Amino acid sequence: MIKKEMIAMLLAGGQGSRLGVLTKNVAKPAVSFGGKYSIIDFPLSNCINSGVDTVGVLTQYQPLRLNAHIGIGIPWDLDRNRGGVTVLQPYESQSGSNWFSGTANAIYQNIRYIDQYDPDYVLILSGDHIYKMDYEVMLEYHKAMKADLTIASMPVPMEEASRFGITVTDENNRIIDFQEKPKEPKSNLASMGIYIFTWKVLRDALIKNKDVPECDFGKHIIPYLFENQNPIYAYEFNGYWKDVGTLQSYWQANMELVAIIPEFNLYEEYWKIYTQTDTAAPQYISEDARVERSIVSEGCEIFGEVHNSVISAGVTIEAGAFVQDCIIMANTVVKAGARLDKAIVAENVVIGENCEIGVGEFAPSVYDQRVYNADLVTIGENSVIPDHVKVGRNTAIYGVTTAEDYPEGLLPSGGAIIKEDERL
Amino acid sequence: MRAIGIILAGGNNKRMRELSNKRAIAAMPVAGSFRAIDFALSNMSNSHVQKVAVLTQYNSGSLNQHLSSSKWWDFGRKQGGLYVYTPTITAQRSDWFRGTADALYQNLTFLKQSHEPYVIIASGDGIYKLDYGKVLEYHIEKKADITVVCKQMDPDEDVSRFGCIKVNDDGRIVEFEEKPVATDANIISCGIYVIRRRQLIELLEKANDEDRYDFVKDILVRYKNIKRIYAYKMDSYWSNIASVESYYKTNMDFLNRDLRNYFFKQQPGIYTKLADNPPAKYNPDSSVKNSILASGCIINGSVENSVLFRKVYVGNNCVIKNSIILNDVYIGDNTVIENCIVESRDTIRANTTYIGTPDDVKIVIEKNERYTM
Repeated sequence: MIKKEMIAMLLAGGQGSRLGVLTKNVAKPAVSFGGKYSIIDFPLSNCINSGVDTVGVLTQYQPLRLNAHIGIGIPWDLDRNRGGVTVLQPYESQSGSNWFSGTANAIYQNIRYIDQYDPDYVLILSGDHIYKMDYEVMLEYHKAMKADLTIASMPVPMEEASRFGITVTDENNRIIDFQEKPKEPKSNLASMGIYIFTWKVLRDALIKNKDVPECDFGKHIIPYLFENQNPIYAYEFNGYWKDVGTLQSYWQANMELVAIIPEFNLYEEYWKIYTQTDTAAPQYISEDARVERSIVSEGCEIFGEVHNSVISAGVTIEAGAFVQDCIIMANTVVKAGARLDKAIVAENVVIGENCEIGVGEFAPSVYDQRVYNADLVTIGENSVIPDHVKVGRNTAIYGVTTAEDYPEGLLPSGGAIIKEDERL
Repeated sequence: MRAIGIILAGGNNKRMRELSNKRAIAAMPVAGSFRAIDFALSNMSNSHVQKVAVLTQYNSGSLNQHLSSSKWWDFGRKQGGLYVYTPTITAQRSDWFRGTADALYQNLTFLKQSHEPYVIIASGDGIYKLDYGKVLEYHIEKKADITVVCKQMDPDEDVSRFGCIKVNDDGRIVEFEEKPVATDANIISCGIYVIRRRQLIELLEKANDEDRYDFVKDILVRYKNIKRIYAYKMDSYWSNIASVESYYKTNMDFLNRDLRNYFFKQQPGIYTKLADNPPAKYNPDSSVKNSILASGCIINGSVENSVLFRKVYVGNNCVIKNSIILNDVYIGDNTVIENCIVESRDTIRANTTYIGTPDDVKIVIEKNERYTM
């Protein structure tokens, strides 16, 4: 196989459990973002825009939609005869079958894939951040510093530093200490989970640590390289980078896109974000519709009102419906007269006529307070909300619900209706 | 599929006025995010035709760009594929295509080297959905030599720019007039034909020997009494965009929900080259009514009864009415555009007014530098 200077390994196996019903049957990297995109489109587009044309995507949790989205990589120009995108799933071998038990373990189990390309460097990415970054510049830096590992890092507010891996650097940006989610952070320079390793060094470290349970980059491999005094440098990044791991941060990051000139600008020509789309059809805004402060994707049919919202492809908003501060994902139908306020509605949902979604005051979740703790209504894919019901804030709905699921026609704030798919 | 496809996309037409200065008709943008040829190409692909030739001649730059990769229509494959042919100089010949039959004749090797028994010939400027497989079935059932896809027009429609036909009870064509000045026929040819490959080769060679170059005049009309030429009647939407009036009307037809559902929601779909534009953006003071918009548009002003193609920027306080704005147009603040077609990649300065009338749509072509304003 042809030699590649650097290949990327994209960790896309994570569940993203704090996105609640959005990731019930979908891996987090495949969750929709910004109207027409999926979260994984950002690192994948960054790869091809940076000249990285060989990408291994490691999948594990609920890979169906992710696999369908990636296909053979056409939208990202990663359908290549030499290189391109390869989906790497856990596999069975003579010594048994193993899930990917940690981030580094997942790479360890795919050493043979990487070796095929005989790369000098390996770029490790995760599939759950929204940003634009030129990895080629980072590689230049890695080479100039003669580093064995370069960690992309960005300054975060000190009070949030304990949520991240923290790098402490000397005046040459060499990392002299690394703290994984520290209680008392020594700096505010957070690791973005983007690493460039010199492949021979990483390969050796993975093999030495192969028996470490749940072998992880932050917890095991980086500390191991420290102990061995391998040169590790921080590459400081000051652009837009968003973690969309919670419902609140996910909603917030989507909403920022509707600003007149958003901080994260998708309309720039020189660093496009690519995605797989099913339809190229134009969108239609009717005579009586009103759309403002919103972004709307291909094939939508808008007959009602849409304010301050992000609407994905193929959505229908019927006459008299009123949508405000919402994220509505692909092919969902909002029926006539329905009112939605601060809702995240996943794909292929039907919101019944004259429903009122997002009413009343916030109440703590009786279902899962770790996940549901903002005044957002979250509705999972393929759900059905019957006509004329009301749904309170900080609620979750999944599945085909009927009027019987709403005593007195109401799901009170903090409540949840989670139904399994009865056809399975 | 037992047929190969040929799409005739070489044509120009002065009825397109200035719109064809820039591109062949088959490359005209249609319905917000498509080009005319996408319809014939998608029909080919959806009918499982694996091998398709596109014959181009006039101003083929845009068309070639559009066809630079054939994967969007699923022709980027090992078996078959998409072949784009332009006139070339050979040891024997240095002519442009002198007509549709000549265009086919000059690419006789494509026909001869294929093994499929039938050929489907379509034009690149028709907007329709059609399963060519059904036409082929009809062709075989009727034991026809040539089958012509036809459409019954409304009695009051001007058919003088089409081929007009009359059929007998069996569907066989008994009269065929090309672009008649006056006629009582209101069945027209859609420019879509099915014919046995060997039969086509034979007819083309004969026509060439007689210095005849036009497929309609020199083959269909001349042979209608000798060969069994049948009409396949198409009942669904069909429109030819090769005049400014019909181009304007066809685009406006897509403001109709049923038509959009028919083309874009009912399977199989229509495909086009991916453009990678972000969603359309509606800023706070925008007002959009009864219009279709493609991806990448940014709207600040008001838009009514219009079709906006990809990446159109509408400035503050603009009023766009009953107009078609082709892709990548920048419209400066306070501009008024009514009953116009604005050519692609134009930059309209702020405070400009362009007003046409419903019967005489104005074509706007401005060549301002975008970044020196």
